[in-house]
Amino acid sequence: MSRIDTPAASRMQTITRNPVMLALVMTLALAGCASKKNLPNDAAGLGLGAGAATPGSQQDFTVNVGDRIFFDTDSTAIRADAQATLDRQAQWLAKYPNYAITVEGHADERGTREYNLALGARRAAATRDYLVSRGVPANRMRTISYGKEKPVAVCDDISCWSQNRRAVTVLGGAGS
Amino acid sequence: MLRRNIFRLLVVLFAGCGLIASPANALVEININKGNVEPLPIAITDFLQGELAQKISDVVAADLKRSGLFAPIDKGAFIEKISNPDAAPRFEDWKVINAQALVTGRVTQEGDGRLKAEFRLWDTFAGQQMLGQQFYTQPENWRRVAHIIADAIYERITGEKGYFDTRIVYVAESGPKNARKRQLAIMDQDGFNARALTNSNDIVLTPRFSPNRQEITYMSFENQQPRVYLLQLETGQREVVGNFPGMTFAPRFSPDGQRVIMSLQQEGNANIYTMDLRSRTTTRLTNTAAIDTSPSYSPDGSRIVFESDRGGKQQLYVMGADGSGQTRISFGDGSYSTPVWSPRGDLIAFTKQSGGKFSIGVMKPDGSGERILTTGFHNEGPTWAPNGRVLMFFRQNAGAGGPQLYSIDLTGYNEQLIPTKGFASDPAWSPLME
Repeated sequence: MSRIDTPAASRMQTITRNPVMLALVMTLALAGCASKKNLPNDAAGLGLGAGAATPGSQQDFTVNVGDRIFFDTDSTAIRADAQATLDRQAQWLAKYPNYAITVEGHADERGTREYNLALGARRAAATRDYLVSRGVPANRMRTISYGKEKPVAVCDDISCWSQNRRAVTVLGGAGS
Repeated sequence: MLRRNIFRLLVVLFAGCGLIASPANALVEININKGNVEPLPIAITDFLQGELAQKISDVVAADLKRSGLFAPIDKGAFIEKISNPDAAPRFEDWKVINAQALVTGRVTQEGDGRLKAEFRLWDTFAGQQMLGQQFYTQPENWRRVAHIIADAIYERITGEKGYFDTRIVYVAESGPKNARKRQLAIMDQDGFNARALTNSNDIVLTPRFSPNRQEITYMSFENQQPRVYLLQLETGQREVVGNFPGMTFAPRFSPDGQRVIMSLQQEGNANIYTMDLRSRTTTRLTNTAAIDTSPSYSPDGSRIVFESDRGGKQQLYVMGADGSGQTRISFGDGSYSTPVWSPRGDLIAFTKQSGGKFSIGVMKPDGSGERILTTGFHNEGPTWAPNGRVLMFFRQNAGAGGPQLYSIDLTGYNEQLIPTKGFASDPAWSPLME
């Protein structure tokens, strides 16, 4: 058995040798750079394309309202920009009362697995509580934490981690 | 399937050879308490006769080499060719190549199809046999026989129990980070004989062995309900542990195997509970508005170490098994998490986050004597070898697509990659097999 510790280097070589992977990595890196301050919670930022969403549809909610909010490191405080998003969500949900809602809490990968499950649950609960305070009935909502297990951005720096510390309001149950 | 009952090993100590060392003689030994010891030069000859015999001696050599305590000598340097492993070797031939210990052996097939594996360990400078044993088993268990022989050699020379005849349960990961698939898997401690225990339909995390090695407790997101489960290795049977009103996670067995200890999430808080597996009664051990998680029992079952952010940051705490006397033990810079009590009772291993780095370290149960064993971009989740001398953990380097498993000695030396087919995380070391 070799005692030489080379797996990471060889994996990196594999990635760079694969042009598709490399392109993907670069796209994500660029996306990360472009959104350092104002994180995307709108159509353009999420690359969904604006416009043709039917009012009251899932797409309408995601594109025109914004389905997610972001958190500071190790924090569960609802930031001012997040409050604006959740206020829009509450209005939309009042208008379309038929949807059941799952609030998903997520953590970035810069923490340990078990703690991050609890941290994600805290974020989901804080988000749910804020929506309740804006008139969304508690019995329409359930919460779930995915900890750090479902990142949306995959680079190894703050530009990705800040997108992964999030709570996502999912209509009708499970989603991303 | 794990067919524990089919695999019966017969151990017979040789008595008739006349070269058994008496305990009074000072024979070759390794004191593994000394820290960074020089590996002991050992000659491991090809067992006689044939391909399987040689493969067994190769696995013995690989185990001993990876321990960092032994330096198997290149077979090209051997002078004596062993033709009768029962006879005393020409010790001069082995001394001259500085082989302080010598292993000889033979593997034969019995009439009923079983393998018979014999070996002898010799102290070349004392000119004595240190150990002689034979084992019978089914041919498909040949790797286990090799690990058992390596454990016997390790124990005879170091005075400590070995850890080679053990398994690792872990999370096998595949696919890109934002669409990762996870399965529970089990393998031998050297990375061989890996097989999946679950499919990849649901997120599965943090598998841990029961003391009898027959059960795993783990967390699964089955039906979008994150909960703690039990899995019987032999039958594949699964069951939810308890009926809790929220997410349960971070499970481990009590040392007697009668209880599972875990966290229950309710609203923003996580508290620690136990469930008695026979009576099904649950007991709440912590009651704070904080995140209390990652509980781990002391080997005598009297105390529990866990992490909590009740003081602001994640820190390690110790309490009695009934939840009494909760006392913070970690006071260094940064935050501490995933504490695991050593099977020897003397140390607690942990993950430490400080200055943007993730380290694996150990401290005494009173919090003194903190030592960091390895530091990097991301190291997490230590687990102890059953002899309390080696830790395994998972590491993800910056830019790597996913995590891999590593082992490291308590000394902080001898870091080894554990080969897995894909990415891997959350290793948990089994107790020694019997």
